[in-house]
Amino acid sequence: MFAGSNLEKVLANGHFAITGELGPMRGTDLGPCLEHAEHMRNHVDAFNITDNQTAVVRIASMATAIKLVERGMDPVMQMTVRDRNRICLQADVLGGASCGVKNFLCIQGDHQTLGSEPQAKGVYDVDSTQLMKVIKDMRDENKFVSGDEMEAPLDAFIGGVVNPFADPFEYRPARFAKKIAAGVNFVQTQCIYDMDRLKEYMKRVVDMGLHEKCYILAGITPLKAIGAAMYMKNNVAGIIIPDEIVKRLKGAKEKPGGVKAEGLKLCVEQIQQVKEIEGIHGAHIMAIAWEEKVPEIVEAVGGLMPRPKFDD
Amino acid sequence: MIIGERKPLEEVFDRTSSFNKILVLGCETCVAVCLAGGKKEAEETAEAISLHRKKENQPVEVKAESVQRQCEFEFIDEFKDLMNDYDVVLSLACGVGVQTMVDRYPEKIVLPGLNTTFLGYPLEQGVWMENCQACGDCVLDKTHGICPITRCTKSMLNGPCGGSSEGKCEISGDIEIECGWHLIHERLKALGKLDYMEEVEPPKNWSTSFHGGPRKIVREDVKIVRGE
Repeated sequence: MFAGSNLEKVLANGHFAITGELGPMRGTDLGPCLEHAEHMRNHVDAFNITDNQTAVVRIASMATAIKLVERGMDPVMQMTVRDRNRICLQADVLGGASCGVKNFLCIQGDHQTLGSEPQAKGVYDVDSTQLMKVIKDMRDENKFVSGDEMEAPLDAFIGGVVNPFADPFEYRPARFAKKIAAGVNFVQTQCIYDMDRLKEYMKRVVDMGLHEKCYILAGITPLKAIGAAMYMKNNVAGIIIPDEIVKRLKGAKEKPGGVKAEGLKLCVEQIQQVKEIEGIHGAHIMAIAWEEKVPEIVEAVGGLMPRPKFDD
Repeated sequence: MIIGERKPLEEVFDRTSSFNKILVLGCETCVAVCLAGGKKEAEETAEAISLHRKKENQPVEVKAESVQRQCEFEFIDEFKDLMNDYDVVLSLACGVGVQTMVDRYPEKIVLPGLNTTFLGYPLEQGVWMENCQACGDCVLDKTHGICPITRCTKSMLNGPCGGSSEGKCEISGDIEIECGWHLIHERLKALGKLDYMEEVEPPKNWSTSFHGGPRKIVREDVKIVRGE
C-alpha cells in the first residue's frame, strides 16, 4: 500500500473500482458540489476533483478535497501543472496530505488560452510526467525536487491520465510506460466512445505488461444531448466520437425518454464493455453537469453494488 | 532572427500626437528581413503620420531613416547630429534596438513602433514562425533539432499531451499550430532514435532562462580593460 486510500484498497483487493468526477463551483458556495458527492457516496469508491477544469476558474481542488475528507469520503485531488510551479505544486501536495488527502492525480491541464482567462500566463515549470516523479520522490525518498529532506513523510497514491484517442497513436502505450517509470500508480483514460480504438490500445498495453504495473480506470462520460456530442466530436482535441454513436442518439429522439435515456443506456453499455477488456481495473464516470445520474448508472451496470467497504 | 510586427497605425498616431518633429528610425537587420521595420517600412510609417497630421490640421516634420543595426552603439552613433533636429524617435527596431537608443541618447524620447514578437524564421513568404525561446540550456541535441520548449504549447519535456490530434495542437484555431511533440516523434522515428521518447526527462533548470532574472553574460577573455 502506498497510501491506503479507499480507492487504493478497492483496487488492491481486485475489485472493479468506480470513481465519480466532481467539478467545484465558480463562486464561494461549494454546496452543490458536496450535494453531488453525498448523492453518489454509496455508489463510488473515490471522488475525482477537477482542478480549474478546462482552464476555467473554480474553487481550488485542494479545498474541495479537504471538505470531502472531513465528510469521510476519499478524494482524488487533481493537480494541473498549468497554474503552479514546483514550489506551489509541492506545497499543495503537502497541504492536501496534511489534511488527509491520499490520492493525487497529475495532469497537464487544458491550455489557458482555451479557458476563462485566455490572457493568463501559463506556468508549465514541470510537466505532468515530471510531477508524478516529484511526488514519488517525496513519498519514496523523502525528498523535494531540490534534494532537500522533508520534515515528515508523505503517503500518496499517485494518479495520472492516459489518452488512447490522442496522436501519435503508436506512441501512446510508450508514453504510458514512461508515466509508470515516473511513478504513476493508477491512471484514468480520456472519455471513451471509440471502443475499437480502446481495445487496440489495451491490447498493446497488455502486451507490454503495463496493466500489471498500474491500475487503469476507463473514462466514461454519458452523453446528455446531441449538441454536446457534436461539440466534443468537432471541438475537443483528443476525443473521438464515432458517427454511429451520433446516429444512435439522433435515432432516439422519438423514443420514450429520448436522447437522454439513450445516452444513459449507452453509458451503461460502455461500462459493461470495458469491464470485459483485459487490463481495465475500473471505471471513472465523468457525468459532467449530470452528476445526479451516477447512482442510476452504477446500479444499471449490474454486479457493482454494494461497493466494497474496508475497516480502517 | 528577431521577428516583429508593426504596431497598429492608430496606436502610433496616438503616441506621437504631442510631438512636432519626429524621426522614424528603421533597422536593416532582423526586422527589415521580416518586412516590419526596415527603411521601406520607416518611409511608409513616416508618410502615414504626415498624412494623418495634415488631416488633423496639425502638420508635423517627419523624417524616415534607417540604420544597419540599431542594437549596437557603433552603428547608432552616426545619428548623433540628426538626433538634435528631432524631439522624438519612433523606432521600428525590436525592443533591443529601442533600448539601445535610449541608452545612447538618454535625453531623447524613443518610442517603439513595433511589437517585438519572437525569435523565429520565415517559413514561407508572408509566414513567420517562432522556434526558440532562448531558454539558456539548449536541448535540441536530444530532440534532434525541434525545440520542445517552443514548439510544444505547454513546453513539455516528456512527449505530447492528450490534446495532440492528427499532428495538431489543441490550441489550433484559425491559425493551425502543429504539435511539437508529434513533429519530434516523426523526426526521431525517421532517424531510428525513438528510444529517447521513452526516457523520463527530469524537471528543467529554468534559472538559465529569464526565470533566473534578466540575463547578462560577462566574458573576461574578450573584455577590454581600460587604462592598461
